[in-house]
Amino acid sequence: MTTPTDIQNIEHPIRAFIASNLLFSSDGFPYSDDASFLREGIIDSLGVVELVAFVQKQFGVTVAQSEVIPDNFDSVAKLAAFVRRKLAATQAG
Amino acid sequence: MSFHPHALKLDPAQETDRIVRFLQQTVRQTFRRHGGVLGISGGVDSAVVLALAVRAFGPQRVVAIMMPDQDSDPLSETLARELAAQFGVEPLLENITPALSGFECYRRRDDAIRRVFPDYDPARGDRAKLVLPPDLLESGTLNVYSVTVVRADGRQETRPLPPREFLEIVAASNFKQRTRMSTLYYHAEARNYAVIGTANKNEHALGFFVKHGDGGADVQPIAHLFKTQIYQLAEYLNVPEAIRRRTPTTDTYSAPQDQQEFFFRLPFATLDLLWYAMETGVPAAEAARVMGLTEAQVQHVYDDVRRKQRTTEYLRTPALMLPPPVPSAAPVTARAANVAP
Repeated sequence: MTTPTDIQNIEHPIRAFIASNLLFSSDGFPYSDDASFLREGIIDSLGVVELVAFVQKQFGVTVAQSEVIPDNFDSVAKLAAFVRRKLAATQAG
Repeated sequence: MSFHPHALKLDPAQETDRIVRFLQQTVRQTFRRHGGVLGISGGVDSAVVLALAVRAFGPQRVVAIMMPDQDSDPLSETLARELAAQFGVEPLLENITPALSGFECYRRRDDAIRRVFPDYDPARGDRAKLVLPPDLLESGTLNVYSVTVVRADGRQETRPLPPREFLEIVAASNFKQRTRMSTLYYHAEARNYAVIGTANKNEHALGFFVKHGDGGADVQPIAHLFKTQIYQLAEYLNVPEAIRRRTPTTDTYSAPQDQQEFFFRLPFATLDLLWYAMETGVPAAEAARVMGLTEAQVQHVYDDVRRKQRTTEYLRTPALMLPPPVPSAAPVTARAANVAP
């Protein structure tokens, strides 16, 4: 689970998870952080489910169904920003 | 080409003739089969296909099979019998519950549901279903399933489905469609008939079917037609009104469920027109103006249709195979070629 010290590095574990678990890639994550998961065919709907489970376990946040939207889950950059917002809200609360 | 609210209106007589000729050509000339076998569910799609098959082959060469299981609504069989009688076909009943029990379909599915709802108890009257977020027009939420348990007293509770449980529930439930496919092929092969599929365009192109299950057929005579066009054919072909008026169901999970809730997320009248607009290159703003929607609402639907088409491509892809091997460059000796010198 992520600690406050590694909140700066959210993107790396996301890229690594997608590369090894969804792309079955041995060469890392070959896209830019802004590449659309859905438009580029990087993940399918099951991949979204796996990504939600990964984010909850890895970063210790709870994801509501209403938050599973392209604005939060459609690229590494969007997902990292979403996780940072969730972590910040948790720490503020 | 202009886009308008009646863009999907068919000439039902002309389309019926086209499909009947297609069935006759493919089943008799291409496959050399004497007739057709199909499953009838009491829904409008299989009703239309039965009517078309009877026109193509005559009622004596069409076998219509009802294949309920313990979760099926009894109304399905009642309507299927009414349908068969209307078109002069004697229906066969194959209850698939014993086969599904043999596959441990129910036990596997319910074990997975209990990991999300530990107190889930079908013996007490609990029922379950998978659902997508509603209101596609109003939200661009992604297609992530939840499981809803309906208690015997009608109370409902919905929880998110983790990946493992989602996969296990779907895999167990898919025994149903694959058992029906096996049953259809038994009856088809026993008569040298072809299996006639009943998927419409919404199901086939968006991936609302089970690979080698209800997607397993020799010919798909209505897979090019939107659901709203199926209803037009149903009226023309005199499909019983009770079937035409019935809300399309999944007939898969134990709790009652319509197809909009499980997969399509919109009424067919809206979905079909917007999908057609997208297919024919109508800008979202223009479709929104014609349909009385906002551009954002139309864009949600365009995006959802594209996502479903792309992410279900696997279902429509036949088994992949390699081309023939490249011949060896080395000279072949008599010994290596395993022939007498």
